[in-house]
Amino acid sequence: MNIVLKLTLIVLVMFFAAGCGEEVDPNEPVGFIQVKGSDTIVNAAQKTAEEFMKEYPHIFVAVTGGGSGVGIASLINKTCDVATASREMKPKEIELAEKRGVFPKEFTVAHDGVAVIVNKDNPVDKLTIEDLHKIFTGKAANWKEFGGKDLPIVTLSREVSSGTHIYFKEEVVRLGKKDSPEEFSPQTLLLTSSQTIVEEVAANEAAIGYLGMGYVSERTKPLLLALVTAERAVAGKGSEFYPPDVNNVIKKTYPLSRPLYFYTNGEPQGVTKLFIDFTLSPKGQQQFIETGFVPIETERRGKRDDGRGGMDEGREKRDERTLNAQKD
Amino acid sequence: MPRKISEYVIESFIRLSGLLVIIFVFLIFLFLLRDSLSLFGAYRVGEFLFGRNWLPISEPPKFGIVPLLLGSIYVTVGAIVICVPMGVAAAMFIAEVAPKSLKHILKSLVEILASIPSVVLGFIGIVWLSPFLKHTFALPTGMCGLTGSLLLAFMALPTIISISEDALVGVPRTYKEAAFGLGATRWQALWRIVLPCASSGIIAGVMLGIGRVIGETMVVMMVTGNSPVVPVSILQPLRTLTATIAGEMGETVSGSEHYFALFAVGLVLFIITFIINFIADSCLRRARK
Repeated sequence: MNIVLKLTLIVLVMFFAAGCGEEVDPNEPVGFIQVKGSDTIVNAAQKTAEEFMKEYPHIFVAVTGGGSGVGIASLINKTCDVATASREMKPKEIELAEKRGVFPKEFTVAHDGVAVIVNKDNPVDKLTIEDLHKIFTGKAANWKEFGGKDLPIVTLSREVSSGTHIYFKEEVVRLGKKDSPEEFSPQTLLLTSSQTIVEEVAANEAAIGYLGMGYVSERTKPLLLALVTAERAVAGKGSEFYPPDVNNVIKKTYPLSRPLYFYTNGEPQGVTKLFIDFTLSPKGQQQFIETGFVPIETERRGKRDDGRGGMDEGREKRDERTLNAQKD
Repeated sequence: MPRKISEYVIESFIRLSGLLVIIFVFLIFLFLLRDSLSLFGAYRVGEFLFGRNWLPISEPPKFGIVPLLLGSIYVTVGAIVICVPMGVAAAMFIAEVAPKSLKHILKSLVEILASIPSVVLGFIGIVWLSPFLKHTFALPTGMCGLTGSLLLAFMALPTIISISEDALVGVPRTYKEAAFGLGATRWQALWRIVLPCASSGIIAGVMLGIGRVIGETMVVMMVTGNSPVVPVSILQPLRTLTATIAGEMGETVSGSEHYFALFAVGLVLFIITFIINFIADSCLRRARK
């Protein structure tokens, strides 16, 4: 009943705003969706929203960035409909959300590699995760140690509100150990957006930074990464260097790959449901491909090719449920 | 009769507006205090004020404000050192030396300078000033305190120039005439007589400029690198109080420890600007006497 009332109000407002003349088909969905969160996803989400608005001209989708933390916080504070995140919600955040009557529901919308970029004049072009760990914790301070020029390393990071920051901290700074006390070295520059990182790396020969694969451009050089050095490889695995590209993310050979998420408050309804369904549809996924991400479909197929199917059964089931709900 | 009524209405409206300002300031202060105090239930005041680590999202988090406070102080002091001599000199030129036609042009240009949005300055800082400083001083990175100081100095200049200029113009003509009568040169009269007489007003202008500098957010967030390190030199990246609030407020869940910590940072900032404005105000009052 409440929703009907809300919808009627929205329709009324839209009607008056449109200048009292335009006829809106009463069967057509009308509304407003606020999408907020990850800077990594913001371009893809914006493109998806634009396509979505072409299909549903009477739904307005507003997409803003700020960082995964921003999106999740505003989902908990009930100021957005869809939170985009490049990391999973922390248990603490879920607990806080539930305390406030928000029940986050997670959708994996794409996969992404975190690229590590350096200046084009930097002779170093491959590093292991352990090297990165040393660089970003401040244990290694000069490019000489990695076969580069005699220059002090300038490490660039995103602000703490970034999901990529948290992912990088867990995987590289803490090497995947949950209870590790390691932190980014305090000398690390915390920059406010992925674009500023690109600017600084492009201008500074000694800089190294990380960002979502979609931001890699001609102006900087992405490094090839390996999990470990050849001596420490287990059964010859993990010591090959791979560039951050779609193929290596699908095959999981690139060591820094991660899923990207959308979160809604409870089972999405009304226009929000339409938007989520659109994002997961081939047309929505196409927008993610065009902005440099790996769509979930290919990723799943890739896994099957590897003979490791079924790992994502939970999500498949969920998708099926969504499909059934659609039929209803 | 109706005249009396209308006067009464207008009078009470004006009184209400005046009182509202006081109430707003007081409420803001109370609001900041309330949320900051919530932090100190769980986190020790001493650790907050004297802690040397700002690690808000670690487990357990550390909210040591020292690097941020020093960052703000470094950037502000740097900006003052740059902008006060320039600002006062410019004010002296406009008030006493410049011919009338030039005076008008300069005054309006100063006003235009004041209206440049801070984001634009920050952008100039990123693409032009920071690479320039990096090459000039052979720094590892151009995103450092000095970049912020230079841009902030630029932002504080209009405030300092216009208030100082007003103070200089306000010095009675007779003082200067008396100095000339005793055989002083133009420079001697300006330096020994006019400037000291206007000093209270100039100090007030400088203080207001400082208030502007320490509270400025966008520029410092864009160009100072935001490393929460206890700064040694101004040529190092550093993080200010304002940039911390702006950079982190968006991701905190209201009611969390981090959220309250940012309010506590806001309270510290509020107290600092309050003191600075208070000094500026008392200087201005002395100047008027």
